[in-house]
Amino acid sequence: MTDIPAGIDRSESAERRARVRAGLARRHRGEMTFRGLGLAAIVLALGFVAIFFWTILSKGLPSFMQPVVHVEAFFDPAVITNPAPPVQAVGQSDADFRAQSLKWQRDLAGLNWNKIVEAALRRAMPAGTEIDSKQILTVVETSERHRLREMFVADPSLLGKTVKVDLLASANVDSWLKGNIDRDLPDSQQQLSAPARALADALAANGTITMRFAWTIFANVDSRAAPAAAGLAGAFMGSLYMMLVVILLAVPIGVASAIYLEEYAPKSRLTDLIEVNINNLAAVPSIVFGLLGAAVFINTFHLPLSAPLVGGLVLTLMTLPTIIIATRGALQGVSPSLRQAALGLGASKTQMVFHHVLPVTFPSILTATIIGVAQALGETAPLLLIGMNAFVASVPATPLDQATALPVQVFLWQGNENRNFFEARTSAAIIVLLGLMIVLNAVAIFLRTRLERRA
Amino acid sequence: MLAGKVKMTQVSDTAPTTPLAQRPIRVSASDVTVHYGAKQALFGVSIDIPDRAVTSFIGPSGCGKSTFLRCINRMNDTIEGCRVGGSITLDGEDVYSPALDVVELRARVGMVFQKPNPFPKSIYENVAYGPKIHGLARSKADLDEIVVTSLRKAGLFEEVKDRLHEPGTGLSGGQQQRLCIARAIAVGPEVILMDEPCSALDPIATAVIEELIDELRANYTIIIVTHSMQQAARVSQKTAFFHLGKLIEEGRTEDIFTNPTKKQTQDYITGRIG
Repeated sequence: MTDIPAGIDRSESAERRARVRAGLARRHRGEMTFRGLGLAAIVLALGFVAIFFWTILSKGLPSFMQPVVHVEAFFDPAVITNPAPPVQAVGQSDADFRAQSLKWQRDLAGLNWNKIVEAALRRAMPAGTEIDSKQILTVVETSERHRLREMFVADPSLLGKTVKVDLLASANVDSWLKGNIDRDLPDSQQQLSAPARALADALAANGTITMRFAWTIFANVDSRAAPAAAGLAGAFMGSLYMMLVVILLAVPIGVASAIYLEEYAPKSRLTDLIEVNINNLAAVPSIVFGLLGAAVFINTFHLPLSAPLVGGLVLTLMTLPTIIIATRGALQGVSPSLRQAALGLGASKTQMVFHHVLPVTFPSILTATIIGVAQALGETAPLLLIGMNAFVASVPATPLDQATALPVQVFLWQGNENRNFFEARTSAAIIVLLGLMIVLNAVAIFLRTRLERRA
Repeated sequence: MLAGKVKMTQVSDTAPTTPLAQRPIRVSASDVTVHYGAKQALFGVSIDIPDRAVTSFIGPSGCGKSTFLRCINRMNDTIEGCRVGGSITLDGEDVYSPALDVVELRARVGMVFQKPNPFPKSIYENVAYGPKIHGLARSKADLDEIVVTSLRKAGLFEEVKDRLHEPGTGLSGGQQQRLCIARAIAVGPEVILMDEPCSALDPIATAVIEELIDELRANYTIIIVTHSMQQAARVSQKTAFFHLGKLIEEGRTEDIFTNPTKKQTQDYITGRIG
């Protein structure tokens, strides 16, 4: 400071400093504003996430419990008129006997099992309750009479005996007891008749109806006639098969394409075109992939409708760009010095890629893959176009069987006419789907941190 | 393949004493040109590299010395749009002949890079990688021996013998560079190219590497690119001076530094250019 040349005006430098200082205040203000806006954005986003989870959990968690009616069922010989199962006669062919057994079971299905259900309920209800047969049967889910028949088929010695059974209460009882339906609505707008509502309340009061964890959500397949027995087992297996197809196809094809494009392909107009197209594919609406799948896999290759294999193929097409772009990004990020080290030692290009470049990029590729697969797991629109929104009441045994998928099941239940009940089931299905997503993402994060630490 | 193995074990401790001019020629370049796309980077370079001696390439940045070095083991092949003209021979064999396999060439001509670049693997794996891909070791014991010998030759064995299976990236910069030298030696090369091997190292690590280079010339033909004239003077027996893509002058190191014949060389070594 002491030897400022006489030529430079001290006041001028002071003025310059003052100008900077004046600007400083404005700059700090700008920074504060930006920080404030950023914070507000985060708070807003978190708020939405909180509302989202609160709605889902508050609606969905109660539906993991469902009412069950504990009754004693009397396998009445007056109802079961043909109780004796066929016995294989000497010399009777196996096929013949099997046909005879099936006929016996069919005949059993023709019996009026509702009488047994009704009698059991009448024994359990408080004395003096007035209710007719039609009304009393609305308390128990329609699937339960078939369960009684199956119990009898499995053990014909039940004839004439009284057995304790837990029958699923009907979906309308579920809505009524949980208060999902307004209790003050007039009779004409209620799903259950007045005597049935009174009976449900009475049975709940005397402990005949209790809440139990709804295993049916996980163990059963979808059902339209018996919503209380509807479950996700079929959709879950459908989704699982599709994930398998996606992992088996999208990962090797995606990673191989990325390696070829990044490491081997000559830089030319053609590769530029391919690159632009892959990037564009990632932005194509997923429903278009569904149309493509319907046109190519179903119309041209005549693969079955509603099959997880076709769903998996469509989702593979959708996931490929994600995996290719992420893998190429990871490969580009590998330092050239590592490549040179390998090449300088006389490694061939393929050895360089597989021994050195891929191991380094493995964590990123894995993360991209899992996130791509998780995205595919949550995809609904393309599946609707290849018939996976069909009502399927069985667990698919192979990827070629008809099936639906978890997000599609959510879509189907959401649109069901029995709104009160299915709204809760929908929330439950969403919780299962979100749970799967969280597990997949957690696995991705866990593997990435673990592998990166090792590298 | 066997040749490499024999070379590994045949250790002579003293550098040959025959005068440079009478040594056999290992690498010979004639009229080498290099283009990167439309830009010419090297103009008609011709030079002979003598057997088992250190030859240094000096010159200001961008003079083409690294470019020329990378022609010898064809590392330039990996650069998009790079074209090499003229001829380079290794023991009389054309390096750019289509009959020659570049993988085999790089096994014969090892390379050490500017920035130490060990693989993100263990020290052992780093050294063992080359012999493994070239199939030089017949057994695990064989491989162990190659690793130990190579580390010893690179003067690193004593420092790392207790942690051979720890990552090579955990070593200090100087140690990493010696690991890279050990890795190159393990393949049993005849020629070792070094592209400014000390530019990322501190003076003490540099001194260790220079000493190592001096020992290695007993068994290997070494070509080193360096920014430091003092280093060239200390380690090399032959020096070539590059400027603006041309080889200006080459000769015995003491001649170049004490009695250069070209004005540009004199300007460079006296610090007037570069």
